[in-house]
Amino acid sequence: MTVKIYIPKDAAAIACGADEVAAAFKKTAKKAAVKIDIVRNGSRGMLWLEPLVEVEHNGVRYGFGPVAEDDVQDLVKAGLLGEKGPKGIKHKLAVGPVEDIPFFKKQTRLTFARCGLADPVSLPDYKRLGGYKGLENALKLKPIEIVDVVSKSGLRGRGGAGFPTGIKWKTVHDTPPQQKYIVCNADEGDSGTFADRMIMEGDPFVLIEGMTIAGLAVGATRGYIYLRSEYPHAGMALNAAIQAAKKDGYLGDNVRGSGHTFELQVRMGAGAYVCGEETSLLESLEGKRGLVRAKPPLPAHKGLFGQPTVINNVLSLAAVPYIMEHGAQAYADYGVGRSRGTMPIQLAGNLKHGGLFETAFGITLGELVDDIGGGTLSGKPVKAVQVGGPLGAYFPRGYFDTPFDYEAFAARDGLIGHAGVVVFDETADMMAQARFAFEFCAVESCGKCTPCRIGSTRGVETLDKVRAGERPEANLAVVEDLCNTMKFGSLCALGGFTPYPVMSALTHFPEDFGRPAKKLAAAAE
Amino acid sequence: MGREPWSEPRTRQIVTEHKGLEGPLMPILHACVETFGFVPQEAVPVIANELNLSRAEVHGVVTFYHDFRREPAGKHVLKMCRAEACQSMGCEPLVKRAEDRLGIKCGETSADGRVTLEPIYCLGLCATAPSAMLDGKIVGRLNEAKLDKLLKGAGA
Ligand SMILES: Cc1cc2nc3c(=O)[nH]c(=O)nc-3n(C[C@H](O)[C@H](O)[C@H](O)COP(=O)(O)O)c2cc1C
Ligand code: SF4
Repeated sequence: MTVKIYIPKDAAAIACGADEVAAAFKKTAKKAAVKIDIVRNGSRGMLWLEPLVEVEHNGVRYGFGPVAEDDVQDLVKAGLLGEKGPKGIKHKLAVGPVEDIPFFKKQTRLTFARCGLADPVSLPDYKRLGGYKGLENALKLKPIEIVDVVSKSGLRGRGGAGFPTGIKWKTVHDTPPQQKYIVCNADEGDSGTFADRMIMEGDPFVLIEGMTIAGLAVGATRGYIYLRSEYPHAGMALNAAIQAAKKDGYLGDNVRGSGHTFELQVRMGAGAYVCGEETSLLESLEGKRGLVRAKPPLPAHKGLFGQPTVINNVLSLAAVPYIMEHGAQAYADYGVGRSRGTMPIQLAGNLKHGGLFETAFGITLGELVDDIGGGTLSGKPVKAVQVGGPLGAYFPRGYFDTPFDYEAFAARDGLIGHAGVVVFDETADMMAQARFAFEFCAVESCGKCTPCRIGSTRGVETLDKVRAGERPEANLAVVEDLCNTMKFGSLCALGGFTPYPVMSALTHFPEDFGRPAKKLAAAAE
Repeated sequence: MGREPWSEPRTRQIVTEHKGLEGPLMPILHACVETFGFVPQEAVPVIANELNLSRAEVHGVVTFYHDFRREPAGKHVLKMCRAEACQSMGCEPLVKRAEDRLGIKCGETSADGRVTLEPIYCLGLCATAPSAMLDGKIVGRLNEAKLDKLLKGAGA
């Protein structure tokens, strides 16, 4: 008998010791003379359990986590590799059948359907689990028909701005035939986000398939994945998957014998947050400083090397195979209002159950933090939640009824962004958070516009004066003024949105700035 | 990270290897850091010449990106995440601890040249925060004990 064991290769699992755990299992099994087959899978997304070791028995996968190197012997002694299987094992790390864990069960995993099931870079596994069906369907359609399906699905860009993906593709489709490009924005710079990383490490073929379909739809023969350099593990997975896809004719000059060409390359960023902004990213890909370009022209008309370019976030492109396989309506059936489909939400920070939770739009912030996330890890009350990365607003508990929906967040002066949710407990100092927002903007500004470049530095200085007790009211008025100038005088959202975290901190947590606390009723408005 | 001494022929070789790419400059600069450990000032005119760019253009790109260091780093590089998710889990006291241990400020290299301590804004390990990276090895759920072990491993 060979025992099948799954130990994730996801960076979060590795950072918590997955490689050491895998080595310990190998050693212990050898000693016990048990044959084991270790699969290094993607993560199931329940990151508080990582490294999550799964043992398969009669088709069910039983989980144990978080497993440390030192736990392995103990688990084996408890019978983990025994004839009777892992089912009845009583152990403090046993979590039962993994797919029955409420965090997992409550999800609607469309994009992440395969993530964690198998070896991420095995093309046979990808196909066995239903991969490349979307591409097969797309190959039977005319390009404009593919664009149409994506439009009807209601898919909006998952990188932050929420622009309809179908419209973007249509614009590039309509440009005359010439060298066109598909660029995948894998710069994922927002703190609190890791969904791009997880899908690239855990199911890289779904992104490759999505990009190939985009290429067919708009007539682009070349694609680039612009990957942040902080993600070396994702780079390795992508490159291995690209090689495998090439070898089997899924990439190259004759995709699946269709006569269509699609070549794909991974390019590394170099640690500049602003290069996540699409035009800055294109400059960087061209080998220049990542200065933001003025629009128009749109990248769809003049993008990479001046050619028509589709630039989409990882999750936007990775949603496409599902849509092409199951149809536009199947995707659009999920969600609320103008936010259709599912969103892979990332629960992070001071949270008991942090991880990746893919669900239809419409779930409330409170459900995410209190029910799914289980409240803070520290056990102290939640003070603030920042949604949407460093440019996102800080929401108080009073806003926990906000549904996860682009428009609902905007209506409360916030944004979904790339759907990162970072939870802070009552020890958070919101003036320090506001200061950090300015500081981050100052460090990462591309320097093109004055309000962003100078305003952010002035913001840091001014808040330091408030902290020092120097004419606090007058200086807070300066902060508000600066925010206004930045909001309306910046070319891109780095300068333009930094006021969100600053102003939300000031508005919802005035006591941290030395202003009188809000009355409870007002805070809960 | 590479520690090969800088040489002009090696630089030309790196450029030749990447010249066929569309937009070759970023891959070339990454390869320089990988090979030499940093982008030496002397490499700039060589690259500019090979790619038919002005020195100012290449210099501008090198200075724009955090990754293209212009000085060699210490023997070990410890990057500590200081972004919001790690803040919510108390990264700042840990950074302070590392600074005190090394006797430097974040962004500097210890006097004996052993350790460079740098901030990083997000490793994408935000549900297992705080996070750090020592010479490319990632570490999650960082605490004082783990940090001390990392510092010890780096010989600090
Ligand atoms: C400062 C800044 C950083 C950004 N970072 C990212 C990023 O890391 N990933 C991303 O997909 N989009 C990012 N964006 C949004 C992109 O500009 C762009 O909207 C996106 O790539 C479009 O793809 P989508 O329509 O699929 O979302 C950023 C925008 C700004 C202003
Ligand atoms: S707002 Fe800031 S980052 Fe954006 S273009 Fe202007 S200076 Fe550059």
